[in-house]
Amino acid sequence: MRTNDLILQTVTKVILFIILLFSIHLFFAGHYYPGGGFIGGLMTAGALVLLLLAFDMKTVANILPVNYRIMTAIGLLFSIGTGAGSLLFNVPFLTHAFTDVYLPLLGKTSLHTAVLFDIGVYLVVIGVTMTIIQTIGEDE
Amino acid sequence: MSLLHLAIVSPLLLAVIIPIFSKSIRQIHTGWFVLPLPVVLFSYFLSFISTTSHQGTVYESFEWIPSLGINFAAKIDGLGLLFALLISGIGSLVVLYSIYYLEKDKEQLGSFYVYLLMFMGAMFGVVLSDNLIVMYGFWELTSISSFLLIGYWYHREKSRYGAQKSMLITVFGGLAMLGGIILLYIMTGSFSISEIITQSDRVLEHTLLIPALICFLLGAFTKSAQFPFHIWLPDAMEAPTPVSAYLHSATMVKAGIYLVARMSPVFAESPVWLWLVGGFGIVTLFWGSFSAVKQTDLKSILAFSTVSQLGLIMSLLGVGAAALHYDGIDDNVFTVATTAAVFHLINHATFKGSLFMVVGIVDHETGTRDIRKLGGLMHLMPITFTLAIIGAFSMAGLPPFNGFLSKEMFFTGMVKILQMDLFSLSTWGLLFPVLAWIASVFTFIYSMKLVFRTFTGKYKPEGLKKKPHEAPLGMLISPVVLGSLVIIFGLFPNILSHNLISPAMASILPSLLSPGDMFDVHIYFWHGPTPELFMTIGVVILGILLYLTLPKWERAYHLLPEKLTLNKVYDKGLESIQTGSFKLTRFYMNGYIRTYLVYIFAFFILILGYTLYKKDAFVIDTAHVSSIGFYELVLSVLIVVSTITILFAKSRLTSIILLGAVGYTVALFFVVFRAPDLALTQLVIETVSVALFLLCFYHLPKLKKEESKIPFKLTNALISIGVGAIVTAIALSANSTKLFESISQFYVDNTYIRAAGKNMVNVILVDFRGFDTLFEICVLAIAALGIFAMIKLRLTRGKEG
Repeated sequence: MRTNDLILQTVTKVILFIILLFSIHLFFAGHYYPGGGFIGGLMTAGALVLLLLAFDMKTVANILPVNYRIMTAIGLLFSIGTGAGSLLFNVPFLTHAFTDVYLPLLGKTSLHTAVLFDIGVYLVVIGVTMTIIQTIGEDE
Repeated sequence: MSLLHLAIVSPLLLAVIIPIFSKSIRQIHTGWFVLPLPVVLFSYFLSFISTTSHQGTVYESFEWIPSLGINFAAKIDGLGLLFALLISGIGSLVVLYSIYYLEKDKEQLGSFYVYLLMFMGAMFGVVLSDNLIVMYGFWELTSISSFLLIGYWYHREKSRYGAQKSMLITVFGGLAMLGGIILLYIMTGSFSISEIITQSDRVLEHTLLIPALICFLLGAFTKSAQFPFHIWLPDAMEAPTPVSAYLHSATMVKAGIYLVARMSPVFAESPVWLWLVGGFGIVTLFWGSFSAVKQTDLKSILAFSTVSQLGLIMSLLGVGAAALHYDGIDDNVFTVATTAAVFHLINHATFKGSLFMVVGIVDHETGTRDIRKLGGLMHLMPITFTLAIIGAFSMAGLPPFNGFLSKEMFFTGMVKILQMDLFSLSTWGLLFPVLAWIASVFTFIYSMKLVFRTFTGKYKPEGLKKKPHEAPLGMLISPVVLGSLVIIFGLFPNILSHNLISPAMASILPSLLSPGDMFDVHIYFWHGPTPELFMTIGVVILGILLYLTLPKWERAYHLLPEKLTLNKVYDKGLESIQTGSFKLTRFYMNGYIRTYLVYIFAFFILILGYTLYKKDAFVIDTAHVSSIGFYELVLSVLIVVSTITILFAKSRLTSIILLGAVGYTVALFFVVFRAPDLALTQLVIETVSVALFLLCFYHLPKLKKEESKIPFKLTNALISIGVGAIVTAIALSANSTKLFESISQFYVDNTYIRAAGKNMVNVILVDFRGFDTLFEICVLAIAALGIFAMIKLRLTRGKEG
């Protein structure tokens, strides 16, 4: 039986980008407003899951040929690397630093090493969620 | 982070980029990129000699986890420096040798050098850390890199077996050592070795002394392959020969010796220490040399010989501890054992290193290490033969090589035991010199066997896979360097005594020195007609006689039945552990998730209910409860209604959606209570898990009304009600009791000031409690890999289980 999922597919095409943008916003807003790597990552994973539901596994794997296990590993490296990086500056493991800089276009921006750590969390959350869903979904 | 720290971790840093070299620049052997590092490090460490030879130390520290007293403290003293020089020096030679030993087209050089560098860095960490926890981390890293190197040719079954065996035994010892470290922390409140040494009086009187001491010795004995843990070392010989030369004779196996030497200032005054270290050492010495004689594989001979030589050094360290019970160093004759231990440590690295390289050459050029197939190679490989003579004669303790000097001192140390009048040494002490002498005879026999069975006798070209010829020049450089050192140290031993031996002794026996003092070490060739000299002459004469009659009495080795060997015990033990745990698991794991849930929940109810009851913790206090609003009421009703509906749902789809509804309503609760982060998280999690359910949907069996029995239903009902009741009780009690001041005020005060963030939840996640988050994402990643492995790899499961 062929299911008719035209509406779902059309809506997904539009809404996917909105969710993705929102998830990135959530990620960057994390230090000041609700959000952060964990929620942002979950939201991105949610968008990808929507894609999986609207289209099938194979199509999605063709559009986004990402190995999520490697993504998880990269995320872990980011987080551990941020922690270990502080050792180079003679401070304990996982000490964060922040500073305010003036960037073109963006104006005064506050930069944190915590964001680097959070990128790791973000990637791990996406990687883990998608690995689990993909392996279970693909299983025949 | 100082230069010293950088030097310690530099091999690890290089290990990260070496794969790039090995992949992109294929025409040059990767070893050439590795070689400069140990050479540079060797010269760097040499520059510290002037400091340590005047009893100075270099101490650099930076804080790692200061709240737990764990700092990466690096300390260079005589003992640490001696080992650092051995590691970098022998390391350079081994890397050079490996360039010619491993062919660049056939082997995976990238992984080889990554493992080797990992090991080198870990070893520097072990010998130069002053913090026990840091040292323990590096210690386990040496076990892991050794595991990887032994299993380097992983397609061979024996390699995998040897790798697993070494891993199991050394990591077991490592864990025991961790226990010892924690016990020491309990006694002294410090992880710093230098600080613990200053409190050694307190340690010696503490009731935990013996357990801590035994834990440490377990670590040392497993690492240094002492009887009965020595069985892993012969199997480790499956590693490529440069690895055997480096890890399994010159450095890693000496980590146990290092540990004993390093902890001597803490424990050595205890008689238990003297007896255990000395006793195990001397038994290992005897057993190793006795077993070496019957081996037919060249590397096995060297493996057992390494076991026995490690035992020798260990026994000397044990006996040397007796010196602590006699005051003053001027007339303290008992320090000679410690001198001999340090001296023999250096000598063993030189002659055994060169012998391993010689055996590697023979293996490389003939294709076999079986002594029964070899013979008559003298004329074909004259340089290798010369090197073998130097190494083996030094090992046998013949003049003018360095082995003779340390062997003589070893005898001196053992004979001196007879003059000691403590710990009933005067009665049982006689065993030490006797066993030492017998072991030396066996050492002599296998040394001769090693050289003469390989290089003299009948040349048998038909049994060899290759046509033998002399090794290429590059392969000979390293053993020639070591061989020359054997002779140089033999003829001029005193270049070592002031620069290396005396500072190292000062680290082992610090309490014998008054400030500014140092051990005056002089090594002589000729002592006059002492008992030691006659012992050596006896060894040579009896050794030659027994070597010539070896074929006649060799059969004696088969008297011990195969079943009783330690290897069999290990194999049987491993097997029964596996079958035993399999049976145990089968007993309670029946494959139904609902059974496991029953276990988990039942335990949950019991343990929490018991605690609530026992601690009298159940309190309901409505004083701080605010009134219930309209929204909360609606949401609660929604949750209750949807939960109850699940029970009566006919189709699975309905129950999934209802469960989702419960989750979303909880999210709404968070919105009402103004917790946007939680609400968002709950929303997305709920969405993803509903989607996951839908994905799995096809795999699940049809939901059918099962005609289940009443007791079954009753248990389930009881458990679900129990869980609900307990959770409610805990929530109410937690809200009603205030045992201590809430820490939330700290976060309110500091979130903006210290972390410059306004979202407290996120700042806690990434900054204040960053460690938790780090481990959480590690757990997540492991879980994902676990699910991946379970589903993707389950086809292969049927074969093994």
